[in-house]
Amino acid sequence: MTVRELTEACGFAPIVLADPDRTVSGCYVGDLLSWVMGRAQQDNAWITIMTNVNVVAVGALADVSVIVLAEGVKLTQPVVDCAEARGVNVVSAKVPAYEAAVLIHGAI
Amino acid sequence: MSEHLSFHYSVDGDNFVSAGQASVQVKKNLRELGIAPEVIRRVSIAMYEGEINMVIHADGGNADVDVYEDRIVITLDDHGPGIADVTLAMQEGYSTANESVRSLGFGAGMGLPNMKRYTDDMQIDTVVGVGTKITMTIKL
Ligand SMILES: Nc1ncnc2c1ncn2[C@@H]1O[C@H](COP(=O)(O)OP(=O)(O)O)[C@@H](O)[C@H]1O
Ligand SMILES: [Mg+2]
Repeated sequence: MTVRELTEACGFAPIVLADPDRTVSGCYVGDLLSWVMGRAQQDNAWITIMTNVNVVAVGALADVSVIVLAEGVKLTQPVVDCAEARGVNVVSAKVPAYEAAVLIHGAI
Repeated sequence: MSEHLSFHYSVDGDNFVSAGQASVQVKKNLRELGIAPEVIRRVSIAMYEGEINMVIHADGGNADVDVYEDRIVITLDDHGPGIADVTLAMQEGYSTANESVRSLGFGAGMGLPNMKRYTDDMQIDTVVGVGTKITMTIKL
């Protein structure tokens, strides 16, 4: 399933779809960045409530397919710009992390 | 035989927001060289953790990435406080990071363990009061 399809299937709001045709496989939930770097797998959807700019670097370097912001948390414009510049997909979920993970599990 | 590509970056100590730029640039460069994605991912993660450590713990430093035919070598060199007890620092969960750093999602004490985990070899040369040099090798 692609990031675009996942976004539609789960009812997430697109924030940055820089690479919408990327394949999503699996999911990782976490806010401590070194845990994400150490444990998330390539192409995972990564669910977090962190919103600072370092999240974009971690998403890019850990090579996740999409960052899913849970609880409807918002990014500031500079962080959105950074995600666009680095080609990192970001979507927003109104629901808490657990429910977002359940939605993703059902979709992929 | 000694011909190889090298990239040098200076890592800014007080710019927390842009931390990670060297690692992102390395990722781009390695992609252009046609290095395998899984190798790029390991190099990127190991280097990012090291870069962040230089920003958080050592007020910046220098990063060098050397690409040889059979390996990539990442060297991170700083003039920070050094690490008094390397065995302790290598333990998962051990961190001296302060609260403001933690609020950004860093300071989980997983950086050095991640660097070891994602590389084939890691050497730490550190002297308290002088600095730290970390050399990581990833085989191609
Ligand atoms: N370059 C460095 N200079 C001085 N101390 C360091 C350096 N890198 C790591 N350390 C020490 O080792 C500890 C563990 O590092 P790490 O595993 O990356 O965890 P974290 O960065 O989350 O604290 C740090 O909290 C710090 O005390
Ligand atoms: Mg660290």
